[in-house]
Amino acid sequence: MPEKVERLRHDYLRHDKKFPHVWCPGCGNGIVLGALIRAIDSLKLEKDELVLASGIGCAGRMPVYVDFNTLHTTHGRALTFATGIKLANPSLNVLTVMGDGDATAIGGNHFIHAARRNLDLTAIIINNQIYGMTGGQYSPTTPYGSKAATAAYGHIEHAFSIAELAVTAGASFVARGTVYHVPLLDKLIAQGISKKGFSVIEIISNCHIQYGRRNKMGDPVTMMQGFKDRAVTVEKAATLSAEELHDRITIGVLTDVDKPNYTEELQKIRDIAKDKS
Amino acid sequence: MTEQATRQVLQGNEAIVEGALAAGCRFFAGYPITPASEIAELMSLRLPAAGGTFIQMEDEIASMGAVIGASLAGVKSLTATSGPGFSLMQENLGYACVAEVPCVVVNVMRAGPSTGLPTSPAQGDVMQARWGTHGDHPIIVLSVSTVSDCFDITVHAFNLSEKYRVPVIILSDEVVSHTREAVFLPAPEKIEVVERIRPSVPPEWYIPYEDNSRGVPAMAVLGDGYRHHVTGLIHDNKGFPTDRPEEVNAFQRRQFRKITNGFYEIQMTKSFMMEDAEVAVIAYGSVSRSALHAIKAAREKGVKAGLLQLITLFPFPKRNVDPVLRQCRAVLVPEMNMGQISREVKRVNLSSKVVTINRVDGQFITPTEIYNKLLSM
Ligand SMILES: Cc1ncc(C[n+]2csc(CCOP(=O)(O)OP(=O)(O)O)c2C)c(N)n1
Ligand code: SF4
Repeated sequence: MPEKVERLRHDYLRHDKKFPHVWCPGCGNGIVLGALIRAIDSLKLEKDELVLASGIGCAGRMPVYVDFNTLHTTHGRALTFATGIKLANPSLNVLTVMGDGDATAIGGNHFIHAARRNLDLTAIIINNQIYGMTGGQYSPTTPYGSKAATAAYGHIEHAFSIAELAVTAGASFVARGTVYHVPLLDKLIAQGISKKGFSVIEIISNCHIQYGRRNKMGDPVTMMQGFKDRAVTVEKAATLSAEELHDRITIGVLTDVDKPNYTEELQKIRDIAKDKS
Repeated sequence: MTEQATRQVLQGNEAIVEGALAAGCRFFAGYPITPASEIAELMSLRLPAAGGTFIQMEDEIASMGAVIGASLAGVKSLTATSGPGFSLMQENLGYACVAEVPCVVVNVMRAGPSTGLPTSPAQGDVMQARWGTHGDHPIIVLSVSTVSDCFDITVHAFNLSEKYRVPVIILSDEVVSHTREAVFLPAPEKIEVVERIRPSVPPEWYIPYEDNSRGVPAMAVLGDGYRHHVTGLIHDNKGFPTDRPEEVNAFQRRQFRKITNGFYEIQMTKSFMMEDAEVAVIAYGSVSRSALHAIKAAREKGVKAGLLQLITLFPFPKRNVDPVLRQCRAVLVPEMNMGQISREVKRVNLSSKVVTINRVDGQFITPTEIYNKLLSM
């Protein structure tokens, strides 16, 4: 096991100048980074053919640490850059990593349209229910009643369920995991990357600094314990009532469907156009 | 393929599409807006046949993002819009400046601000094209005044963008973009097409933002084996974020130096009847069409008038403007805005007499207006 960790570190992390990383000790982002690397390693993907694009935020800092083709784009826009990359070179494996604010507030429109369009991209969304990088302002996933830097009296808006939103918007593969359920996370990310079509992996994570502290949720371990206690599998959730599911985290694969592949459709159009001209 | 130029009757927007395709553009992302939509529509027809990609994105922010992504993956890319969409593109346009991603953006100007006067002609976006995105940054802005320009200047735009790794803005306006004229399109083999310089060193030696005499680093393409990091943060020569003052300073200054180094090639103007001119019109875009009629009419009345048509608006072609200011007793700058370029002209030589015509009522500046002003100068 330690040798494997050594090998993964050696093979996938950038060694020049990048560490120590910018994240707070105990932040869930590091766990996601580990899961992403293990997933990619398990699929034996070529690093040259991998593109990891992010937006802006704590989650958005991830690409700089890994030895792929990496892109740190603008806040909310990772999927738009990824769309251009994938269309220009469909042989690339294009992944994005985004925060909840990044993906569903400023980037919300791009997110639903990417899901609808069903281009073969993988979107990893680290949902820590808050704007971490800018200091704990509420995000579209901050729960009703929570405290935030911009919700001193308790939040009066209602949260998005990102995975369910992705299903409705038309994504081919949608899963939810948490930073507590790590082996499952490795598997979900690998499945998402392998899937032809738009895949979303929502990952419930802890921002104990900007969210947990304000809401008296304890240290990272306590917060992760909370994810463990609240989690129910998709299969189990199907047997529970809405009241029973209140405040639970449904984990596993929410949807996995096959739809016409965008780049293949595009090729068909090119063939028709060539015949006509 | 013919060796001959082919004669066609085209609309300005159509000629932009032909120019882009001739320059090797194979990716277009955009969002519909009058008076630019014909560019997207024609691209959706033509690109697939050329093996390229057209995509209509959910908005102009996304369009600009996709254009940058496609260019990073090695495909020459274009988007086209008008004022409201151009405003939305500004943040990602800044990203293209900082990450030095070649791309071309057409803004068919309409009267603003905001939704403004759809879709009356105007030239109100000149300064936005130069300074619309935040922070100091290099950018090239070109303008077109005839359908034939639309073809030629679009080819130039791609070439400059590839050569200097900088976004190039083409400012058209409603009049130029919707005018139909006969044009001669050169045979493909007669068109000079420039490609970005790719790295030639082995990947482990590649330093993505390494300076050189031109100030333009060799550009790897995503997936070609030169794995590196691309960011909108100010970065060191390896592409990684830095806040060390000496690295930040070197980065920022190289951005300006690469444009200054290429200034003579980038600054493009056309002179008409300037040899013996005593008064001159300095104009760009559709207004220079009126100006050409006006100087001819003025000459018939014995006024020695000439025209300097600006193609490059930024970097401002001061080395071509300065001799005109020295030669003529007065210069007229007619614009469909409150004086965005006349201010630049005045800055070239503060002692020159610069007269303006400014129209902001959504109406085109006519030859007669320019003619009358010329006779009074
Ligand atoms: C256009 C724009 N608006 C605002 C910001 C400031 N900003 C940076 S990160 C961020 C939110 C980060 O929250 P989230 O996306 O949830 O990611 P996290 O930091 O929690 O990982 C904001 C608002 C920005 N960079 N760009
Ligand atoms: S602020 Fe929150 S999300 Fe950001 S690094 Fe710290 S713990 Fe992680």
